[in-house]
Amino acid sequence: MRNTAWRIGAAAAVLAMGLAACGGQSSTSTGGTTAAGAGAGDTIKVGILHSLSGTMAISEVTVRDSELLAVEEINAAGGVLGKKIEPVVEDGASDWPTFAEKATKLIAQDKVATVFGGWTSASRKAMLPVFEKRKALLWYPVQYEGLESSPYIFYTGATTNQQIVPGLDYLKEQGKKRIFLVGSDYVFPRTANKIIKAYAAANGMEILGEEYTPLGHTEYSTLTNKVVQAKPDAVFNTLNGDSNVAFFKQLKSAGVTAEQMPVMSVSVAEEEVKGIGVDNIAGHLVAWNYYQTTDNPANKKFVDAFKAKYGADRVTSDPMEAGYNAVYLWAEAVKKAGTTEVEAVKKAAGGIKLDRPEGAVTIDGENQHMFKTARIGLVEPDGQIKEVWNSGEPIKPDPYLKSYPWAGGLT
Amino acid sequence: MTATLPDVARVAPPPPPRPWFDRLRGPAVFTAIAVLALVVAPLLLEPFRLGLLAKYLCYAIVALGIGLAWGQGGMLTLGQGVFFGLGGYAMGMYLKLHDAAGDLPDFMVWSGVESLPALWVPFANPVFAVAFAIVGPVVLAVLLGALVFRQRVRGAYFAILTQALAAAVVILLIGQQGLTGGTNGLTNFFELFGQDLAVENTQRGLYIVVALVLGLLYLVAWQLVRSRFGRLLIAVRDGEDRVRFLGYNPATVKTITFAVSAGMAGLAGALFVPVVGIISPALLGVVPSLELVVAVAIGGRFSLAGAVLGAVVMGYAKTSFSEEFADGWLYLQGALFILVMTLAPKGIFGIASSVRGLVRSRRVRA
Repeated sequence: MRNTAWRIGAAAAVLAMGLAACGGQSSTSTGGTTAAGAGAGDTIKVGILHSLSGTMAISEVTVRDSELLAVEEINAAGGVLGKKIEPVVEDGASDWPTFAEKATKLIAQDKVATVFGGWTSASRKAMLPVFEKRKALLWYPVQYEGLESSPYIFYTGATTNQQIVPGLDYLKEQGKKRIFLVGSDYVFPRTANKIIKAYAAANGMEILGEEYTPLGHTEYSTLTNKVVQAKPDAVFNTLNGDSNVAFFKQLKSAGVTAEQMPVMSVSVAEEEVKGIGVDNIAGHLVAWNYYQTTDNPANKKFVDAFKAKYGADRVTSDPMEAGYNAVYLWAEAVKKAGTTEVEAVKKAAGGIKLDRPEGAVTIDGENQHMFKTARIGLVEPDGQIKEVWNSGEPIKPDPYLKSYPWAGGLT
Repeated sequence: MTATLPDVARVAPPPPPRPWFDRLRGPAVFTAIAVLALVVAPLLLEPFRLGLLAKYLCYAIVALGIGLAWGQGGMLTLGQGVFFGLGGYAMGMYLKLHDAAGDLPDFMVWSGVESLPALWVPFANPVFAVAFAIVGPVVLAVLLGALVFRQRVRGAYFAILTQALAAAVVILLIGQQGLTGGTNGLTNFFELFGQDLAVENTQRGLYIVVALVLGLLYLVAWQLVRSRFGRLLIAVRDGEDRVRFLGYNPATVKTITFAVSAGMAGLAGALFVPVVGIISPALLGVVPSLELVVAVAIGGRFSLAGAVLGAVVMGYAKTSFSEEFADGWLYLQGALFILVMTLAPKGIFGIASSVRGLVRSRRVRA
């Protein structure tokens, strides 16, 4: 009997503790609702919504880090409109409905002025209706498949004509005409490959095969055999996350070298190179708009500040830089608008041009994407990426590929 | 054969007469909770929090079904998400077609689908969609049950089978992007039966509907458990072979119960979609299915009320922990489960009945 009593007591204590934790939370958050409107009070709240747990955490945590760095830097320089920026961090948990829920929470309860967040296209698609219906702003920092232009989203990563199309141009220029497509099974790779096939048909390139594996898939011997047997000139890789590790290892053990059959990846950056292992991927190609090695003073400052804050062993990558930019671009638009009110900020944002680590970035007021310079890079044996080609000037974003005759049938 | 054997109900000793306050306590508590849920909550909660509560209540409907199948019937179903998903997708397909108003749904356009797939055509009709959300899962559960329970597959084997089903359905949904929206699932809905989903009153109305459905289904499940069928179900859970020797067919009892729980999950899915605004494979795979079973275990699986309570507590804990400790909330959630299970293996409701037992025994001793 005493045992039972003890158990009940302990269980009750645990429950009470849990309730206390939750209760504490709800009281602070209701306090927040009344005190902190977007413009009222002496801080401006902004939401930061990335996956801090689950399969995407490894990538998205790095973007959160760079966004927090930007907030810190802006605050150190006096904040915006004389107020400090107060970040409210939420976890999207690699789960798309959770992204929608947390976005709603940030807008409805915390009354944030804007949200920086998302990585996968699925998370963006889940958040899009939330932002459109509540007329709030989202800054999305990752390259994506295009064919979207929400009036309430700013896209600070590349759209297809700033990454995939230049990647294809580069392969064509190198005389790689027979291409094999490998991708994860979700909307970005499938849409990207649709675009690649249209490009290939118009440019005399041949697609030898198109293979998809589920996100998180790690068994690539069958797929690698198919690729090797098809003998393509190059592979276009839209695999995401851990799958790249297994794919590149398998490719190496099948004896494929980067010289015979380069792989052009669009979701492998400095952070992923570390995970894949430099030995497995050195010599292969990647397409982005920014590398840690991109040479300009703004980037040197960014890399130094990032390492100073988070450790010398950390690397910077394109999505991190795009997230870092997003905070600065938003702050600039708020300064220009003189308010954090969404419609005014949107109107003020068009045409804003900043010198960023990747070079000049300009907001296209029409589709709310950025003018960005495309850069093709080669993975070096030290894990860094060396730029081998760039577009020379920032490319005008064209999410629906309207200026490309071969893309007519896509939308 | 059956007729010659003594009736289970008659063999069981008649329950001792209970004092009147004991008899009235159940209905009183139920009414109190109903008033709290239907009147107090909509008045006090902000629309966003009310929406979350509606979501927890949708999960509570699924949990009620799990409580019935697992707690009462001993069928550990780890794939309830599949039925939930069937209902959710049926509703999602209707909403998508309604919003597209004759055109193709947005995701089909960017997936390169040129004409509406035949599978989608009937879902333009809301009556068909809602009916399918319930009947679809029931039919699937009956088919599965007829195959599985007749072969006397039970225990861990049944659990693994349902879990495999959940995993397979997710792969199927992700692979057919043009047909199902792939990983993204279906989202961006605007209107339900002519009501704008973005409007607060619609959301409040939806909450009331969810709460009413949960209350109604709770009464149905409670009656079912109290009925002769319910006693048979518990008998099957506790001694399937004995029930068979008594001349009953346990497979039928289990199939019916499993089908009822599947229908509940399907209806919950159909309600969930307009409330939350998205249905995707992430909501019906192995992990969410397991989470619901965990929720039922936390609440107390041997009582229907425990199952419902567990789902609400779990949903609330998940939201609160993740809002408060964005970095490490999963550990807290895990800790909550481990603590409840080690300290109170029968869940929160088990604690309640232990307290009652303790008080009673003290009183007897005194």
